[in-house]
Amino acid sequence: MIEPLLMPGSATAGGFLLVLAVVLPVLGVLLSLALGGRHAERIALILMPAGLAVAGATTAAVWRTRAVLQYFVGGWYPPLGVAFRADGLSAVMMLVTGLLICGIGLFARVQFASPEQGEGRAPFAFWTLLLAIWGGLNAVFLGGDLFNLYVALELLTFAAVPLVSLDGRAETIKAALRYLLFALLGSILYLLGAVLFYGAYGALAIVILSGRVRAEPVAWAAIALMTAGLLAKAALYPFHLWLPPAHAGAPAPASAILSGLVVKAPFFLVVRLWFDVMPGQPQQAAAQILGTLGAAAILFGSVVALRQARLKLLIAYSTVAQIGYLFLMFPLAVKPVTGHPWSTFAWTGGVVQAISHAVAKAAMFLAAGLIAEALGHDRIARLAGIGRALPVTVLAFGLGGLSLMGLPPSGGFVAKAMLLSAAVSEGQWWWAVVVLTGGLLAAGYVFLVLARSLADPVEPLRLSATISPGRQAVVLALALCAVLLGFVPLRPLELLQIGRPV
Amino acid sequence: MALDAVLAVLVVGVAVWTVAARDTFAAVVGFVAFGLLVALIWVRLAAPDVALTEAALGSGLTGGLLLGASTRLGRTEAEATGELPGGLLQFAAATVSVLVSAGLIALVLLLPEPAPTLAPKVAANIAATGLQNPVTAVLMAYRAIDTLLEVMVLLLALVGMWSLAPDHLWGGAPGRREPADPDGVLTFVAQVLLPVGILVAIHIFWVGSVAPGGEFQGATIFAAMWILATMAGLANTPPVMRRSLRLLLIAGPAVFFAIGLAGFAIAGAFLAYPADYAKLLILIIEIPLTLSIATTLALLVAGPPEQEPQR
Repeated sequence: MIEPLLMPGSATAGGFLLVLAVVLPVLGVLLSLALGGRHAERIALILMPAGLAVAGATTAAVWRTRAVLQYFVGGWYPPLGVAFRADGLSAVMMLVTGLLICGIGLFARVQFASPEQGEGRAPFAFWTLLLAIWGGLNAVFLGGDLFNLYVALELLTFAAVPLVSLDGRAETIKAALRYLLFALLGSILYLLGAVLFYGAYGALAIVILSGRVRAEPVAWAAIALMTAGLLAKAALYPFHLWLPPAHAGAPAPASAILSGLVVKAPFFLVVRLWFDVMPGQPQQAAAQILGTLGAAAILFGSVVALRQARLKLLIAYSTVAQIGYLFLMFPLAVKPVTGHPWSTFAWTGGVVQAISHAVAKAAMFLAAGLIAEALGHDRIARLAGIGRALPVTVLAFGLGGLSLMGLPPSGGFVAKAMLLSAAVSEGQWWWAVVVLTGGLLAAGYVFLVLARSLADPVEPLRLSATISPGRQAVVLALALCAVLLGFVPLRPLELLQIGRPV
Repeated sequence: MALDAVLAVLVVGVAVWTVAARDTFAAVVGFVAFGLLVALIWVRLAAPDVALTEAALGSGLTGGLLLGASTRLGRTEAEATGELPGGLLQFAAATVSVLVSAGLIALVLLLPEPAPTLAPKVAANIAATGLQNPVTAVLMAYRAIDTLLEVMVLLLALVGMWSLAPDHLWGGAPGRREPADPDGVLTFVAQVLLPVGILVAIHIFWVGSVAPGGEFQGATIFAAMWILATMAGLANTPPVMRRSLRLLLIAGPAVFFAIGLAGFAIAGAFLAYPADYAKLLILIIEIPLTLSIATTLALLVAGPPEQEPQR
């Protein structure tokens, strides 16, 4: 009875991997709820390598076949059913997510250690929500259907918001509530746009829509509403208001997940909408608006970061700035015709920025967490001596900072160099000025922290906690990954192009 | 036609009144009335499934949640009125709202006529699901993954809300313990309404396979009955660490996952059902799913743990 509808090709050989990528973490959430107590932590730690293996296998399958991996859930083809699809971009995002979740999970074992007896509120919530975020992110990266993606975004929102207020202080609950309101407003706008797409074209699957969408007011309105909603979730200036208190107030491992990964999901969907749903449509004027907001985010976020008194707030404002770089991709890569050489270059630069910022920022937030734990505070003015007390941690912070500044060798350098060359080659030199200015400002705030940390303390430093070498090693490993991204030869970047519309 | 015009004017009027109301309680009452009127509009648009959901979830359960919130905010209400945004901001918000609404109206009028729809395809393939209600076919077969993940969203909302409890109350029962009053009006209402409500809930759930209704609407009525029983003091909410409660919460999605994963082997795909057993399997999923959704909804209304855990 199943009518094969419009879908080119059928389910690919490794398609079940895509189901596992979503199902494993979500099943973990259910098990954690059922068993409770110490089991939540154990389940997360067992699923971490398993999930990473699934992400690795997916990436390998996409690379080997040079084709999109797809799976039709329930055996129903779109438009009736829902498809999961992994192109090169999805695979890379899944892999980075798997690596970061594993690193952050290992780091969090001390902070969110389960009590010997019974169940602790914060550990139970943290480990359960960590798995839920992983499932939500994979669902976003693999979703091929606008409504299924809405559900994935909701999963992500409801897993991410409670992480902000895990320590239960009134100010963090306020920050979490503000985050929730922005995120829900974003959801509503996204859903409105999806409804308009269905109303106009009778389908929600991205593959089908890309063939049907025409340049007309309904499509523009739908994409504008969805983009606005996603910008609220991604905290692009001027929708950034919720981000600094939420990301700075959360416990360090939660900040690393929120700043490194969660805000990348809405960005990923904007990329999907602009390049996959409406490929080749004349929307350059709108792309200039996105670029302008990105530029404003870079300048505003960096300047405000320079003026922060607290380390975690400085890093949070730096996230506001680095999110701006992601959106410089649009004015440089959106072209009336596809296959424009610099367009691919700028698109890749934007994606590399998303990956390298994820890794670098996770390392920096974790480093800040260790510094705050050791000192009992995170006042930048009183960091003197910490460089000697926690040299590995401060080194990790500096290496992460290298990527933010865009200095070689680092993933940030590759990303910013690609955006810069695209800007210069296309004659849109003003974006190049923004990239360079942002790099200088980032150098300013990273140097500020390093200079204070390496200074000699006036009185001998008394640490309020000792930090195990293991946790410092995890942070350094993440920071080294951010550096190593700068050594990745250009060939694997081809992986990102698999499944892109030509 | 006249009825539609009256409905339209009423809905807009109630909406404006709800936004303009100074008192939180009054605004909540307006919101509940608004939800019921919108449900009527769905009936007029021949979408009884949406109408039922709007009445049960949009108006009933959300109204209950808001009512609980407004009671708790009562003490701070006077203080909060002082923080109302200034006239200019209010004017700007109103302008933006009107412009967005006007834009949406224009867009809806621009949509193609007749609307492109998947309804014929839904109907053409429904035999493979063994169901007769197309809405249930979409929710449990064609787009089962959305329903499954949506139930997970509900569970996560509950975990998130529980996480707001202070550490020493973790493991305690949610909400405040209401004292039982054997002669109270609420007790009488609860005693009369509970059996009727449970029967209605079972009916709404059961007809879901052939007629408007289904697990979400049935579950909402179940949840309402539970809330009524705890409000009347006839029952206390269970402690959040109780194993049986946790199992009740996950039973629905767990069975859904189990049958979905079995689909790999017995029907060739995740969340696929073999044609001969489709209806039976969907029913096996729906029964625990209804109970899990009902429990989750009732506990979402009850709030985070507020009672001392018994150790």
